[in-house]
Amino acid sequence: MGAKMVEFNGWDMPVEYPASIGAGIVKEHMAVRTGVGIFDVSHMGDIRLAGHDALAAVQHISMNDASRLAIGQAQYSALLYPQGTFVDDVIVHRLGHDDYLLVINAGTREKDFGWVHENTRQFDCKVEHLSDDFTQIAIQGPKGVNLLQKLTDADLGAVKFYWLTRGTICGLKNILMGRTGYTAEDGFEIYIPPDEATSARVWYAVLEAGKEFGVVPCGLGARNTLRLEGKLSLYGHEITDTINVWEAGLDRWCKMEKPDFIGRAALEKARGEGVKRTLVGLEMVERGIARDGYKVLDQGGREIGYVTSGSPAPFLKKNIALAYVPPEQAEIGNTVQVEIRGQAVKAKVVPTPFYKRPKNA
Amino acid sequence: MSYPTDRKYTKEHEWITADGKIGITHHAQDSLGDIVFVELPKVGADVSQGKALGTVESVKAVSDIYAPASGTVTEVNGELNTAPEKVNKDAHGAWMVKIAIKNPAELNGLLSAADYEKFVSEEAGH
Repeated sequence: MGAKMVEFNGWDMPVEYPASIGAGIVKEHMAVRTGVGIFDVSHMGDIRLAGHDALAAVQHISMNDASRLAIGQAQYSALLYPQGTFVDDVIVHRLGHDDYLLVINAGTREKDFGWVHENTRQFDCKVEHLSDDFTQIAIQGPKGVNLLQKLTDADLGAVKFYWLTRGTICGLKNILMGRTGYTAEDGFEIYIPPDEATSARVWYAVLEAGKEFGVVPCGLGARNTLRLEGKLSLYGHEITDTINVWEAGLDRWCKMEKPDFIGRAALEKARGEGVKRTLVGLEMVERGIARDGYKVLDQGGREIGYVTSGSPAPFLKKNIALAYVPPEQAEIGNTVQVEIRGQAVKAKVVPTPFYKRPKNA
Repeated sequence: MSYPTDRKYTKEHEWITADGKIGITHHAQDSLGDIVFVELPKVGADVSQGKALGTVESVKAVSDIYAPASGTVTEVNGELNTAPEKVNKDAHGAWMVKIAIKNPAELNGLLSAADYEKFVSEEAGH
């Protein structure tokens, strides 16, 4: 498609599209904030758990409370190791009474499937790896709903954020559509048959329907800057197998009061002990861009932490970063420094998410 | 894209004119995408052929700028501090630094416009 491709965990993925098709990361990013952008996110993995004990199995392997999900509802959650650290973060969709779909990350999908399979053996439920059964297209931005509505008979206005519906898209019946995404913006993710002809037909139909809204095809680069502005975690960066839920600040999605789950005991213990590092948002005060892996220093130049993700923020027009620092350095307004090519460059701790979409816009 | 023939090119995608102006190529800016930051040496700094003289950052990547020839920096294009996007718009016009070339013979080892164009198309082909 003329996109700049990069190998990403074994997939050839578009990083950004050239001016003739898309526009580069900044314009792609802005299209999602102000209009609509579309992403081919077929690299995402899908695991389905269905059967009599499906709920008990999902409860056992994930930290959010899946018993709260109505049919057609979704929730952000995570799979944890017994140490309370991350296997991966996931979106749990409840498709039917005893039927759940976990949408997982590309780079971790084989590991995740093996782990889910291994840890749900004791339950009466079928675990299927459906990653290659769907092409997933994300239609993101305030105009996303208007775009997709042109292509489907489903009443999208009735679908709330983090709910699902099914309907016909481009003549394809019973297509799953979730009002979810990874851009900190309103939008939908649709799951269509994976064959190339169907995928291409739908992709171009979406582009055509989106013309009046100025739709822009977007690559992984914009996906990253969009999620960073919204402080959405990325596996391997903010969350890893050595970082626990409290450090990552994902308490909201970890329901300690629900029935036991893998990682709970360690988290209970860790909560009593308090965290040694915590995830904060940084904004560069002096000229410079913090990047993944750069050291964070205190004002005296002592190393206190590291950057997990850092980039120019195209919508906010600031240089921002997420970083782990000790709790005593995490106060809003605190000045720290980021080491950039040997120079200590000033940054300050700011509230997160950096970007929050306007309500009811 | 046709590359201007009034200068020489490196395999690291810089260009240099006979009077010592240095920049990055159209191909380089296209690969980097939206350029948001250019860090350059100060006037008076010495640069050595093949060694990093500065940095250019796009939204997604950080990249070193290598000196196509050795010399002393005599001018810095300060405009790029506030308008780094000029490199995207006109990579062959947006010079970064000017150096007093120490040994003009160093330029003989660099690529001509035609050779550079060939090098880029071969690089893209593999």
